Amino acid sequence: MLNLRAALAPVAAGIGVMAAAAAVLVPTLGGHAFDDGPAWHKAPPPVRGTSQTRPAEERCTAQNAAQSLRPSADDGPAVDRIKEKGQLVVGVDQNTYRWGYRDPGTGKLQGFDIDLARAIARDILGPDAKVVFHAVPTNQRIPALQKRSVDMVVRTMTINCARKEKVAFSTAYFQGGQQVLAPRKSPVTAFDDSLRGKRVCTAAGSTGEAELTKQRHGATVLTVPNQLDCLVRLQLGRADAVVTDNALAAAQAAQDPTVELKGRPFTDEPYGVAMNKADTDLVRRVNKVLDDYRGGGAADSPWMQAYRKWLRADLPRIYGPPSPEYSD
Amino acid sequence: MSSEASVSPMPSAAPASSLSSAAPPSFASSEQTTRPAPAEPAGGGPAPAPRRRTAWADGLDELRAAATTEPGRLRVIGAVLALLVLVFGAVAAWEVADRAAAADDVVGRSQPLSADAARIYRSLADADTTAAGGFLAGGEESRATRDRYAQDLATAAGLLVKASSGTRGSDRADAQIAALSKALPRYAGLVETARTNNRQGLPLGGAYLRYANDQMRRELLPAARALYDAENDRLAADYAAAKAWPWLALAAGLLAVGALGWAQRRDYRRTNRVFNRGLLAATAACLAALVWLVAGHALARSGLSDSYERGTRSLRVLHEARIDALQARGDENLTLVARGAVLTGDQKDFYEAGFRTGMADLVGAGRKGNAAGGSRLGKALALADDEAGRRPVRDALRHVRQWQARHAEARAADEKGAYEQALAKVIGGDRPTRESFDRVDAELQRALAHEQQEFRSAADGGRAALGGLAAGAAVLAVLGAVGAVLGIGRRLSEYR
Repeated sequence: MLNLRAALAPVAAGIGVMAAAAAVLVPTLGGHAFDDGPAWHKAPPPVRGTSQTRPAEERCTAQNAAQSLRPSADDGPAVDRIKEKGQLVVGVDQNTYRWGYRDPGTGKLQGFDIDLARAIARDILGPDAKVVFHAVPTNQRIPALQKRSVDMVVRTMTINCARKEKVAFSTAYFQGGQQVLAPRKSPVTAFDDSLRGKRVCTAAGSTGEAELTKQRHGATVLTVPNQLDCLVRLQLGRADAVVTDNALAAAQAAQDPTVELKGRPFTDEPYGVAMNKADTDLVRRVNKVLDDYRGGGAADSPWMQAYRKWLRADLPRIYGPPSPEYSD
Repeated sequence: MSSEASVSPMPSAAPASSLSSAAPPSFASSEQTTRPAPAEPAGGGPAPAPRRRTAWADGLDELRAAATTEPGRLRVIGAVLALLVLVFGAVAAWEVADRAAAADDVVGRSQPLSADAARIYRSLADADTTAAGGFLAGGEESRATRDRYAQDLATAAGLLVKASSGTRGSDRADAQIAALSKALPRYAGLVETARTNNRQGLPLGGAYLRYANDQMRRELLPAARALYDAENDRLAADYAAAKAWPWLALAAGLLAVGALGWAQRRDYRRTNRVFNRGLLAATAACLAALVWLVAGHALARSGLSDSYERGTRSLRVLHEARIDALQARGDENLTLVARGAVLTGDQKDFYEAGFRTGMADLVGAGRKGNAAGGSRLGKALALADDEAGRRPVRDALRHVRQWQARHAEARAADEKGAYEQALAKVIGGDRPTRESFDRVDAELQRALAHEQQEFRSAADGGRAALGGLAAGAAVLAVLGAVGAVLGIGRRLSEYR
């Protein structure tokens, strides 16, 4: 399976480029990071308005949202600014287990996102790079970038068109999607009719809530302020299942060995590094770092090492990073 | 004499026959006019009338027969006077005892219950704030913090038991006590789960703590507040009962004095003797009792009003101010626990918004650092009636302003992403907001102690004014009755 995945990557990348040109039938195949990708992936219907004309840069759609600028190691004003400061200021999460959280022993931040931020800093500033982590809450991610109080945000941030109007994104470094989390012994098997009659918890205003509004599968929906509150409700017996990003669901599963992810992700949510919209040179630089980091999906690539260290236990059966898609 | 009006029917009959010898016919004629009346309902039937006569009617007849002679009349007058005076004494003693009991209830029962309810309310808010503070410190949570949290829960649980035995079946209070007793152990369980997860470094701990806080906010504190309100309502009811004028006793007293006055006037007219010592003594006893009744009540009312104005109202505002401060502190801690995990509708941090609301309630905007008039501290300052009461409130206000300034620094650090710095500013050692909060709490505690004392001394003064009044009224009434009987007896002896 791993070989298939590795073989698929460049093909998928190529398709991604084609998608940009003509919004083809399987536009986000490049995002598939799972062994049996197309089987679970529900591709959104192609947008008619862009199917015949050349869409490319001018029009952002769900299909081409994950496209970014081609990688380059050249320094520009943003990279120079960081080098001048001698430190990289990164906005991160401190609440999401395995992604960005504080080690109780040391009080230091760690996780998958934190490792990636360190790799970017090392590439720009050298081996002894100084990284300053700023814990930014969800609602402060975009303002922090616009005010330049951080150089970039690495914080399980989904790339989408609405956000791309305000900030710039790197290529996708993780393929996320909504998924169901439930106790191991639960009869719930996936986001399907096994949810009938169950109480399903999701965060208010989240993609999960939107999906449940579209299709409840006969479940009762319970909304809470934050996705992690769902695990509290699950443990207290007030909910039977949780719908949230698979990355966040995995973080929940990591904190409670009696629950697990069920079925497959049923939406398409690529995570990217967000930067100020004007910092195009930094975007290209980060994309270059990401290319190295992915290492073509090789087993000993930094990406796979980080995956094994932080995520595999609760997010198994991922055999490589998502392939990058470019808009130019 | 104003009392003459109240007994006018009798004197009007008496002057009509100013000579004692002329009196019997006039009574006899009136008797004749009333006599046929009971016979009429018999409907002309001759037989049934005698069978219908009751003991009461017989008694009346005897009375009428007795009243045909002056000694007989005097006996009736003496009996009526003694009865009126004794009724006055009894009603006065009963009404005064009632009010004294209500005043005792204010001081000995409802105010302490209200204070206990306030302590329950405060202990719960303090437990929540302390739990969040300890949570922030994580593995370094101090022994003092743990003890304080445990003590808060123990205090709340103990006072709930006490309150449930003291409520005397008030439905409102009982319902809240039941709700609190049910929710408290659940809350404690959530906090322990939060603590355990936190010590393992799981962000889930924070979610549990927020859930515990949510329960506190939505179930426990509202119930504690409702209990406090119920106890305060009862306090107000006891105040009202203690302060009510004893109208019945006053009316009975005036009636007795009036009747005594009339009897003396009648005596004077018939004998030309100015004084009847017995009746005079009876009048003096009744007047003394009446004056004592009015003065004692006026004093008690003013004392109780004082204790309400100076103590109870201030206490209430100060209790609320303390809760506000505690909740604001809890929100400040939770802002750092939640780390932006909960947002308001307009994308603001939920707990920071809560902190601001709490501060607005506590001190408001106010010009030049003063407390806004409608804010709790503004009200407390206006209600404090002496310097000793105002000083701690002003000091509390000063510390609140310092707290706000430090809080702003902490927020600025946190929003910049310098979490550790923000944390140090909130629970650290170098001029943290914790210090400011502790000072605010201590000053408010001082103000509360002062107002409690003010309440107590004013209420005790009021209570003392009623002391001995019930017994005194009873004794005076008995003396008055004896005087009336002796006075009439003296007149009667002249006919032997």
